[in-house]
Amino acid sequence: MAADHSHSTTHDSHGDASAHEHTHPDWGTYKWVALILTLITALEVWIYYIPSFTATKLFVPTLLILSAIKFTIVVMFYMHLKYDAKLFRALFVGPLVLASFTLVGLLFLFGHLKIHF
Amino acid sequence: MATAAIDTHAAHAGGHPPTSTGLNNTKIAIWAFIGSECFFFASLISTYLIYRGRSLVGPFPHEAWTDPATGHVFPAILNIPVTSVSTFVLLMSSLAMVLAHSAVVRGDRKSSKIWLAATAILGAVFLGFQAYEFTSFVHEGLTIHTNLFGSSFFILTGFHGAHVTAGVIWLLTLLFIDMKRGLTPEEAINVDVCALYWHFVDVVWIAIFTLVYLIK
Repeated sequence: MAADHSHSTTHDSHGDASAHEHTHPDWGTYKWVALILTLITALEVWIYYIPSFTATKLFVPTLLILSAIKFTIVVMFYMHLKYDAKLFRALFVGPLVLASFTLVGLLFLFGHLKIHF
Repeated sequence: MATAAIDTHAAHAGGHPPTSTGLNNTKIAIWAFIGSECFFFASLISTYLIYRGRSLVGPFPHEAWTDPATGHVFPAILNIPVTSVSTFVLLMSSLAMVLAHSAVVRGDRKSSKIWLAATAILGAVFLGFQAYEFTSFVHEGLTIHTNLFGSSFFILTGFHGAHVTAGVIWLLTLLFIDMKRGLTPEEAINVDVCALYWHFVDVVWIAIFTLVYLIK
């Protein structure tokens, strides 16, 4: 499992090859991504068991941020969105943003989230 | 003659005929499907969050509950250590998946078989954890009919489990093809599409693990 895992894939390209040709990460990158994901998961579980921290207002935002970081790392590196064509990014990020706004809108609608003026 | 020209072009393009976008249509389709799945799981997660804390009777996810009629005490139902391990298993399955795809692209048949099998096995282990969790919940008195938490929890995690099951079947199909005649680098797109689905299932679980299991 050496660094020769690095490769160029051209299965998305034809015509203007330079526009779509992309390089996927190598084994070293995948290994680091897996390690980071594991460490973040361990951190999430660890703070879950700290009563003094779970009682604070920082608990939920911290977990949400850590989860968002994990989500982004998997999408960027394992799903190759960092390296792939912009159309794929639009096809994923567009619905994701819309779905997230819908989720937040529903939470406001049902009184789980409030804005205090 | 024309077919030969297209085939030559397809071979240069990595196995797909010319498209108006210059991108593989199969890959566009899977990304569009994943986009639609974002809405699907957002609706299920929304439902869970809306019903969160509105159950009139226990068992509850994070706190103990005493049944006033019988005096029976139900402990907090979620088992965080077990779910943490199953989350780790699913994350490692994503690592195995990218290594399987990488092996197919390189034409390394031995590694592709090993990593495809590893991904399927890790997916099956995750499903085993989920089956254990569901069974223990039912034994502890939480079913899909018990309360709002039970209904929304089983629907959300059950649908996710169904997606993992579909992914495992997909992986086993690819593994069968790889063992039967071998997956060539030109067919790497088939593994790539499966990998994208598998990683999406993984990111959905990342969200579920935080929103359902960790946030009290």
